[in-house]
Amino acid sequence: MLFKVMAKSSFEELVGLLLESNEVIGPRMKTRHPDGKGVHQFLPITAFADMDLDYEKSEYSPKTYFLPFKENLSTYRFQGGDWEQEIKYRIQPRAIVGMRACDINALVKLDKVLLKGDFPSPYYLARRKNTFIIGLDHDPCENGFCASVGSDIVSHGFDLFLTDLGDRYFVAIDSDRGYRVAANVEIRDPTEADNEAYVQTRNRIAKGFKVEVSIRNLPQILDLEFQSPVWKKWGDKCLSCGSCSAVCPTCYCYGVEEKVAMDFSESAKVKRLYSCNLYDFAMVAGGHNFRPSRESRLKYRYYHQHRGFVETYDEPKCVGCNRCGDVCLAGINPPEVITDLEKEAAR
Amino acid sequence: MKYLGIEPARPKVAVFDFTGCEGCELQLANKEESLAAFLGSIEIVNFREVTSTRRDDYDVAIIDGCISRDDEVERIKEIRSRAKILVAMGSCASFGGVNRMKNAYNLDDANREVYGDKPQATGLTRSIKEVVDVDLEIPGCPVSKEEVERIVQHLVLGVAFTFPVSPVCFDCKHRFITCLFEHGKLCLGSIARSGCNAPCPAGGLGCWGCRGPAEDCNLEQFIAIARERGFSQKEIDERLGFFGGFEGLR
Repeated sequence: MLFKVMAKSSFEELVGLLLESNEVIGPRMKTRHPDGKGVHQFLPITAFADMDLDYEKSEYSPKTYFLPFKENLSTYRFQGGDWEQEIKYRIQPRAIVGMRACDINALVKLDKVLLKGDFPSPYYLARRKNTFIIGLDHDPCENGFCASVGSDIVSHGFDLFLTDLGDRYFVAIDSDRGYRVAANVEIRDPTEADNEAYVQTRNRIAKGFKVEVSIRNLPQILDLEFQSPVWKKWGDKCLSCGSCSAVCPTCYCYGVEEKVAMDFSESAKVKRLYSCNLYDFAMVAGGHNFRPSRESRLKYRYYHQHRGFVETYDEPKCVGCNRCGDVCLAGINPPEVITDLEKEAAR
Repeated sequence: MKYLGIEPARPKVAVFDFTGCEGCELQLANKEESLAAFLGSIEIVNFREVTSTRRDDYDVAIIDGCISRDDEVERIKEIRSRAKILVAMGSCASFGGVNRMKNAYNLDDANREVYGDKPQATGLTRSIKEVVDVDLEIPGCPVSKEEVERIVQHLVLGVAFTFPVSPVCFDCKHRFITCLFEHGKLCLGSIARSGCNAPCPAGGLGCWGCRGPAEDCNLEQFIAIARERGFSQKEIDERLGFFGGFEGLR
């Protein structure tokens, strides 16, 4: 990793340069919550001032710029008994500015599933490679527990990652193109004082977490508590609406639908992200549903996050953003569910 | 034309209106970009809004509206006896729709409120399945033309059709809408059947549940949450009763 220091005015200049030839996405305030707090989403910007870089947490995860909710995988045209296939996965270069460490770590997890497995996804790859990522450190968000799952610090998966040192940014550079882009504005090597300020800032951030979740023994506890009444308690609350998966920065499950033109001259395979909390997620041909109850579906989601994923990738799928807890009308949230399970296991 | 080697059937279809606003029928005549292909894929033998042909040799009868008069009972029974497949189209035909609200009042009072001193022969509102057997219900106020097109495609190719089972919330999230419920508006999105693409929440209205309940919806928990957030039981009941889809669940 290469470290540089950049004046805040130079960062503004750099975003301006990106805007000249790229679509640039940044955190924008969309509306205000009744309690006065801003509601932010990652949306296209046309000027630096469009962004509110001090946002706490975006309502939706920026995942959807890499893994859209809906995506056309392939189009078919039929003519005289024959057919032609068209696949479009190339996208125009794009930059995302202001992503938090948790959301970049989420992409690193998705990379493991979608790029490093036996069947890499060309659709995801095209979006990932064509997206320039500038991350930005921030004090812990309300309800977030990223530090508990090791996602508060990001070591790769971005091009530039900035830490605010007051009048300047401490810049971590993780790619050649990151260096080339940064070199267009004034950057300098960090002095010892810069390094010290960076470490102090990191320490301040690390001390700011109010929510802590113990996941040390969680995969084992989940195995022990498979029949726990905890699942019924939270399952009875679940509305099975799938909102948790929709806002989750790492949920990637999907279904594919065939969309046929009314005159039957063409069709398309359309991929749509789905949720394991929806009633028919585990419905199979013939009509059998492997997880017909709310509690079994909710349990399955937690098992994938904190057990199944750990077995395959040695880390939880969850990055601790708590967006699932924030969005849940029924108030189901990982810190409380996990604490309940631990209490149950300790009884 | 053949699709994947299958020659589509071209069933004879008739559309009939009962008590309702005819908006669903109008939907069938909408979506101009594929209207010719839609009308070409079936043979319409009776449909007041689209053709002057009036024939009784239909395979599929599509019913718009609910049953609210005795003469309608006779008429729907006759249609049922002729049709191989009878489809209830829209929230009125499927659940009784907004018309069902009058069942909560004294019928004479309701009659006077609407018709003044010229009372009409109206009775209790009933959905189509409460009077005759129904083979398929297409919920929605109005129905989605896109969904009707998909159903017709499945019908002419002889493939089973299934409706989405999840709540509207999921459609809503896929449109990046900021949750209205969180912002203090009553919304049935977490218990109502999706497939509509959440146009009402997108317009800031909250969901009114025109497609009825989602599969295995958690009504009990929803009511508890709504009460907790300060909505009165009356407000909640009125919303649930608006289209009649939650009748029987409450």
